[in-house]
Amino acid sequence: MMQALVATHTLLAAGSPGINWHGFFFLLFALLACGLALAVVLADNVVRMAFYLVLSLGATAGLFFLAGAEFVGAMQLMIYVGGTLVLLIFGVMLTAQEPFVAIRTSTRDKVLAGVVGGALLAVLLQAALTGPAWSGHTAVDASAGVSQPTATPLGMALVGVRVDGDVASGQPSPVDGQVRSGYLLPFEIVSVHLLVVLVGAAYLARTKRRKSSASVRDEALTGVVR
Amino acid sequence: MNLLSDPVGVSHYLVVGALLFTTGVVCMVVKRNALGVLMGIELVLNGANVNFVAFGSPVLRGEQASLLGLDGQAMALFVILLAAAEAAVALAITLNFYNNHATVDVDRADDLKG
Repeated sequence: MMQALVATHTLLAAGSPGINWHGFFFLLFALLACGLALAVVLADNVVRMAFYLVLSLGATAGLFFLAGAEFVGAMQLMIYVGGTLVLLIFGVMLTAQEPFVAIRTSTRDKVLAGVVGGALLAVLLQAALTGPAWSGHTAVDASAGVSQPTATPLGMALVGVRVDGDVASGQPSPVDGQVRSGYLLPFEIVSVHLLVVLVGAAYLARTKRRKSSASVRDEALTGVVR
Repeated sequence: MNLLSDPVGVSHYLVVGALLFTTGVVCMVVKRNALGVLMGIELVLNGANVNFVAFGSPVLRGEQASLLGLDGQAMALFVILLAAAEAAVALAITLNFYNNHATVDVDRADDLKG
């Protein structure tokens, strides 16, 4: 008992300078994201599924912040959680008639999906854990991990100027000496794509004009078939 | 491999991405509610996004400190935008289907079955 206490104490003393808060918060957000994603699959009620999905995507935004991609994390919160999921929840509300709130899947399908999902997960995990390029142990200095803000480089890249090595000015990146191009053309394509898609969605989801009963009766009387 | 004391690496993020991707695929396959299938698609795209951000991250542990650099984050932004567009169209189709068939069960959408 005493020995165990001493051992724990020495372990704590050894580990106390680095209870790695980056790792702690990574673990927290990762468990939240994965657990809530599992809850989305396991829940039957579609309203609860939407709620779990909101929380899972929010936890993923936390992971993005931890990886030093704070602009992407903010966009994830604003566009995904604030926009896409509000849209999804409106869809749930518009279609949540009583028989459709919880449509059950047959047990056979569930078992089959579990087997297929398990196999897929095994393959992906094997790739994630054994890739030589990313499972290395050369530690980046954690104190050097205070990353530069990424909003300015990303914004400049979207209008076609790379701060980190620009093709137009011929300036190589100070980090690895490469020149890169910006994203002006993909940005424009995505903008037009978004506009077209939203017009198309509004067209698809518009309310159809119902024929009034009077016009139906007139058609029946006169024999006009439209 | 102690998660609380070791620095977080790219492969940690890849594991999270793999889990999100798999749950999304299973969700797409299992759910009979059309909106549930849509949520599965969101989860899959999110898993891909986690991988993009991990490879583009400057702070994570890895052999080459940044494999993609800023490109990974830009790709993640494009994925988020396209996911928003896709959700809008899919939702419009779902509403149309609901108006025409009075159900959102995808198993009942078999009008084109030969």
